[in-house]
Amino acid sequence: MEAVYAQYAWLVPLFPLIAFLILLAIGRTTSRVGPIIGVLAAGASFVWSLFVLFEQMKGDGMGYVWNDLEWIRAGNFVLEMGFEVNPLNALMLAIVSFVSLLVNLYSIGYMKDDARITVFFSYVALFTFAMLALVISENVVQLYIFWELVGLCSFLLIGFWYEKPEARAAAKKAFIVTRVGDVALLIGILLLVWNMPGHALGFTNIANAFANGEIAGGTATLIAILIFIGAVGKSGQFPLHTWLPDAMEGPTPISALIHAATMVAAGVYLVARTYPVFEASSDALQVVAYVGAFTAIFAAIIALTQRDIKRILAYSTISQLGYMMMAMGIGAYAAGIFHLFTHAFFKALLFLAAGSVIHALHEQDIFKMGGLWKKMRLTGWTFAIGGLALSGIIPLAGFWSKDAILAEAYHSQPVLFWIGLITAFLTAFYMARLFFAAFTGPAETDDAARAHESPAVMTIPLVILALFSIGAGFVNIPGSERLAAWLTGEAPSDHSSVLVIVLSNVVAVAGLLLGWLMYGKKAVPQDWLSGRAGWLYRLSFKKFYIDELYEYLIVRPLRVFGYFLHLFDEFIIDGIVRLLAGITVGLGRTGTRLQNGQLQTYGLVSLLGIVILAVAFVGWRFVVNAG
Amino acid sequence: MNVVSSYLILAAILFCLGLYGALTKRNAIIVLLSVELMLNAVNLNLVAFAKWGIAPSLTGQIFSLFTITIAAAEVAVGIAILIAYYRSKATSDVRDMNSLKR
Repeated sequence: MEAVYAQYAWLVPLFPLIAFLILLAIGRTTSRVGPIIGVLAAGASFVWSLFVLFEQMKGDGMGYVWNDLEWIRAGNFVLEMGFEVNPLNALMLAIVSFVSLLVNLYSIGYMKDDARITVFFSYVALFTFAMLALVISENVVQLYIFWELVGLCSFLLIGFWYEKPEARAAAKKAFIVTRVGDVALLIGILLLVWNMPGHALGFTNIANAFANGEIAGGTATLIAILIFIGAVGKSGQFPLHTWLPDAMEGPTPISALIHAATMVAAGVYLVARTYPVFEASSDALQVVAYVGAFTAIFAAIIALTQRDIKRILAYSTISQLGYMMMAMGIGAYAAGIFHLFTHAFFKALLFLAAGSVIHALHEQDIFKMGGLWKKMRLTGWTFAIGGLALSGIIPLAGFWSKDAILAEAYHSQPVLFWIGLITAFLTAFYMARLFFAAFTGPAETDDAARAHESPAVMTIPLVILALFSIGAGFVNIPGSERLAAWLTGEAPSDHSSVLVIVLSNVVAVAGLLLGWLMYGKKAVPQDWLSGRAGWLYRLSFKKFYIDELYEYLIVRPLRVFGYFLHLFDEFIIDGIVRLLAGITVGLGRTGTRLQNGQLQTYGLVSLLGIVILAVAFVGWRFVVNAG
Repeated sequence: MNVVSSYLILAAILFCLGLYGALTKRNAIIVLLSVELMLNAVNLNLVAFAKWGIAPSLTGQIFSLFTITIAAAEVAVGIAILIAYYRSKATSDVRDMNSLKR
């Protein structure tokens, strides 16, 4: 059977691109039509990506590659452009366009009063386009272009409210910190160009070359690590995670988009896409696994003490991305993608629900909320579902994917399993803390007392996402791992064990229970740990002082260096330019003074000129004759 | 020192006098007169070379006749301009004649 829809998979990113161009053209004149165009384009992408996805599901991993568009020819090096459809990116297309559609829909309500709503929708469309195009890119260079475009869009959207200095700083930080990773990725790509037989850069060629051992050993490890650093930057893994919490300065729908589907998913997707490179090097896999596991627990500890609702969710994203990376590292490729898949739903849900709360209260501190459960029923329920899914309570989506990762970890690397388990406990605890502090108890402020439910255009996406957060896990349950089988194209090795399922649920319930006791029922005093070990609390609250460390180790020295460069620029470079300009101006001034309209002065100057010429001529003749 | 040199020296003195007057005098009439002086110095040169030059011919003398004619015309035009200028600006000082400066 021919892949029909896959041949037209390029239409999926095309819709948002067209929407972007239209929105760009109409500008900010029409705030009514803009959102509709954005939603329509995202909807069209989503429908088309569903066709592609279902076709891929039927066809047993039948991929489609088109790369006939020659882009660069230099000597015998030919770089083609094109697109590729396989189960992995068909799934990603569907996730990205689905979340984008819901975010578009939700933004109609959330951004209703913003004067620049058309600009907002155009950025979202560009963002969606970049991510979709990244997903179906056929070769690494093409991926890198869209990779940077995704980074640019996140910069624009994080800094969307650029009148706020924090938003400007956050946008710059996001751009610069991810740039560190991007440079590593670029070096990795250059190494690939250097080492690949025939300089072929298509993903299929790369997979074959690494699978056949044409590139192995140290080179393979180096390339894999460099690609991974790129992913670390985009996916907010330690130590390049600092931009992600700050990115909360952007509008909340954007946080949902960044955290669930586009920006951070790009990193995990990159590792998944170039997985053969990692498979060729067990060292690289170990690095990936341990960085992932460390990030997971590290971010979870920070999330325990944050007060800003969006920051808690941001750290939970970092933590969950750590899970995904860990899964990649221990060879549980399908489990990692599975977690990406389920995480997209419940994290988008959590962010959009948090956005609904912020929309109602204009307050982000969870201890200034309280009592929202009764006033915002729909938001409360959907948030609870998202929180339970994130905590990994059976049978919600988050449980199945987390269980798949933990089971693999238990089977291959028990250390990572225990780290993952502790993280699961912490996750459940901070979600309970967030939920009970914000939704139960008495209203802490007047705004919280006056809170009301958001409009339907905002709650409907929540309900849809809640349904998916409940049900999405069933595509890949132990014993019937359909997603894994479809993604990898081979029979999945089932490592699930009852012990892991029981343990992960026990710790999750324990975490929730502890959170309820401390923040819901208030049976356990909230400061029993922070009161006894204050330094521990401060360490977590100050995010392990990573930002301060970077400030003193990197930012300040660079700023001093930059200051000297600035001085050099100011006085040496600019000085020379100013000197030249001064000379010219001086000459001009003298010239103007000569042009005084006095005929006799002109005559005198002409006479002087002739005398000088005559003297020079005579002198030259004299010298020539004498010599 | 041959004969032509004395003519040439006389012409040079006349030319320098004219030049000096043209460049320094304030009255436009005097400047015009000085220009005439310079022209006549040139005429003297032409005539001297026509008689005492390496290849003496009548051309130089005829040339100086033309110069005298044109100089007369030039003076007529110059004086006319000066009179017109004096009528409108009530001055004949060359220092004030700078309205074409800008």
